[in-house]
Amino acid sequence: METIASTKSLIARGAGRSYGDAALNAQMTLLMAGSSRILFFDDQTGRLTCEAGMLLADILKVFVPRGWFLPVTPGTQYVTVGGMIASDVHGKNHHGAGSFGVHVESFDLAVSNGQMLRCAAGENVDLFNATIGGMGLTGVILRVTFRMLRIETDLILQETIRASNLGEAFDVLERSLSSTYSVAWIDSLAKGDRLGRAVVFTGEHLAAAELPKERASTPFKSSQHSERKVPFDFPGITLNRFSVSAFNAVYFASRKPGRLIVDYQPYFYPLDSISQWNRIYGRAGFVQYQVVFPREGSREAIAAILRRVSDYGVGSFLSVLKLCGRQRNGLLSFPREGYTLALDFPIRARTFSMLLELDRIVDDHDGRIYLAKDARMGARMFERGYPRTAEFALVRQQFDPSRKMRSVLSDRLGI
Amino acid sequence: MTIVSPVLIVGAASDIGRAIAAEYAKAGASLILAARDVRRLEDDAKDLYYRYKAEAQLVECDILDAAQREALVGNMTEVPGTVISVVGLLGDETIAWSSPAAANQIMQVNYVAPSLLLGAFANRMAKMPGACIIGISSVAGDRGRKKNYTYGSAKAGFTAFLSGLRNRFGSSELHVLTVKPGFAATRMTQGMALPSFLTASPEQVARAILEAHRRRKNVVYVLGVWRWIMLIIRAIPEQTFKSMDI
Ligand SMILES: Cc1cc2nc3c(=O)[nH]c(=O)nc-3n(C[C@H](O)[C@H](O)[C@H](O)COP(=O)(O)OP(=O)(O)OC[C@H]3O[C@@H](n4cnc5c(N)ncnc54)[C@H](O)[C@@H]3O)c2cc1C
Ligand SMILES: NC(=O)c1ccc[n+]([C@@H]2O[C@H](COP(=O)([O-])OP(=O)(O)OC[C@H]3O[C@@H](n4cnc5c(N)ncnc54)[C@H](OP(=O)(O)O)[C@@H]3O)[C@@H](O)[C@H]2O)c1
Repeated sequence: METIASTKSLIARGAGRSYGDAALNAQMTLLMAGSSRILFFDDQTGRLTCEAGMLLADILKVFVPRGWFLPVTPGTQYVTVGGMIASDVHGKNHHGAGSFGVHVESFDLAVSNGQMLRCAAGENVDLFNATIGGMGLTGVILRVTFRMLRIETDLILQETIRASNLGEAFDVLERSLSSTYSVAWIDSLAKGDRLGRAVVFTGEHLAAAELPKERASTPFKSSQHSERKVPFDFPGITLNRFSVSAFNAVYFASRKPGRLIVDYQPYFYPLDSISQWNRIYGRAGFVQYQVVFPREGSREAIAAILRRVSDYGVGSFLSVLKLCGRQRNGLLSFPREGYTLALDFPIRARTFSMLLELDRIVDDHDGRIYLAKDARMGARMFERGYPRTAEFALVRQQFDPSRKMRSVLSDRLGI
Repeated sequence: MTIVSPVLIVGAASDIGRAIAAEYAKAGASLILAARDVRRLEDDAKDLYYRYKAEAQLVECDILDAAQREALVGNMTEVPGTVISVVGLLGDETIAWSSPAAANQIMQVNYVAPSLLLGAFANRMAKMPGACIIGISSVAGDRGRKKNYTYGSAKAGFTAFLSGLRNRFGSSELHVLTVKPGFAATRMTQGMALPSFLTASPEQVARAILEAHRRRKNVVYVLGVWRWIMLIIRAIPEQTFKSMDI
């Protein structure tokens, strides 16, 4: 707290899993990952209070065996609770459960003058709403209270549905709104009639009564995954259009339609079992591009994006489409009602010119780019995508008039 | 072998102390945590409870103060079955060269105070079945070097004290364990450039201690490689050693 009061400029950093420059500040970056104590838990209501540096993986290790799960989880468990609030993360259940911020009851925030403020829906509510999705720019989150979700087993009943083109993928997602979890993996290289072919995965927490016989007496058994590493940087050249399309072809062919009971770990965190999976892209690395569009214009906008990507042939390994529910309280929160598409591209000379073209499509269709995954958008694009920036600026003016809390990202976007 | 509770950890608010508390709590022990400022332990106690259902009693004590030290040993309602001293101070070596007060502080914290404390507990625990005394010393005590010989000499004294205590109780129930962590990534070493293959995490140190305690080991190097490094460093003839820069 004294550190906060006495430095000129700083930003908090959780596990560093955001893709861009959100958790970087040239002068001072406050490492939160060591603060990870559990301060309260009520096993009747599932209310948990912990320090903001606590890793999701740690929460899962402690609470899954006791029958509790995160109300919302991103696609990796190596993020901190503070980072989950600052990016107001969404999961495969956004259409029903909303983003993580919805489940947060309160948090303690150290603001720029070193003072600690309790923020909740009924206390410092402006600061509460600005901090949820606020990318660390309102202060340092110290302690968080949120509600966990009761589960009866650590298994997921997964259903796999194939969609032979984008239209079908949208239809399946619309029909899956009653499923707890749903998400589509898209083959970003498919063209023509097959543009946007996909496999849709829906999921439900398996009830104790549905346990297969051999597991009937052990509803909680999943172990934390063991790490498999990608042993070396793939030569940059290996990931060309042909290898991505070969990968996608195998991937899409091997996903059999139907129902399957799976462990929660591979269901929610498929990439975590390969530590350093990003090395698949070789040394130059990769960029993430995640956007969301209003529901009405989504089909057209996403088709336009996929056509561009497929024409460029820069192939995205992991292309994920999801229908989000309505926008909640966070002023700079990313998810809004509509479709979100997440792509990742290896960095090549033409990647950035392609992204500029994608930006235009996003802009034309009232889309918005996810700050947690962005490292390159400009200030104008940001302001057009996030209509509540002015309200955010007011809160910031009140609690941090000298703009002490800042990051490379906020400097780039003029936040 | 079993771990006898309660386990008293002196210096419990240090990074290594916290990790030790978690490791013993996980193993089902009940704890007594001591630090100079007991408020710093309150959240730790909650964490130990909510994670491991472990009960932890908190006590405030500055072991440099003889009266407080004696009170810690004498006032304990239940004699601990295990006592672990994590107390230590690296200090600033170059300041210690010209400030006797600074040097004295390093010597007191690393040698005098923990030795007197563990010696007093040993007297009380001598006849207790399964009792164990654990002192965290350092490889720095294996040979004095110009970089940290004030700290190193105090740790050498502490190592010798523990060795003597072990010998004295060699044929009794009371076991004495000396721990030499090597480098550990903690507050004490923050900002230093430590080679990662020689550096243990606080959790690794804690696991090694519990394991050595269970097996009634006498001296444990947390990372085995340190045993060999120190063997070599000790074998260098003084004539050569004195002009070396390590
Ligand atoms: C493989 C992978 C899959 C992902 N899947 C999803 C997904 O499905 N949905 C989704 O929404 N996101 C997803 N993400 C993004 C990720 O969830 C967010 O970037 C998240 O914020 C990372 O948390 P972190 O702890 O690593 O934070 P960092 O990356 O360290 O920081 C992110 C932001 O949070 C701020 N911050 C961190 N801690 C604090 C604190 N204590 N107080 C104040 N501000 C703080 C930082 O200043 C920064 O602005 C994914 C990321 C990866 C790598
Ligand atoms: N880190 C390393 O690389 C390394 C290597 C070898 C050995 N060690 C040894 O490991 C032990 C723990 O070290 P650490 O790295 O975890 O460092 P640390 O966080 O600095 O811990 C030092 C501990 O000593 C305690 N202490 C200091 N003066 C005291 C006093 N007068 N009375 C009571 N307690 C006092 C502190 O207590 P408070 O909590 O009350 O402040 C703290 O618990 C030390 O003995 C150290 O010498 C460390």
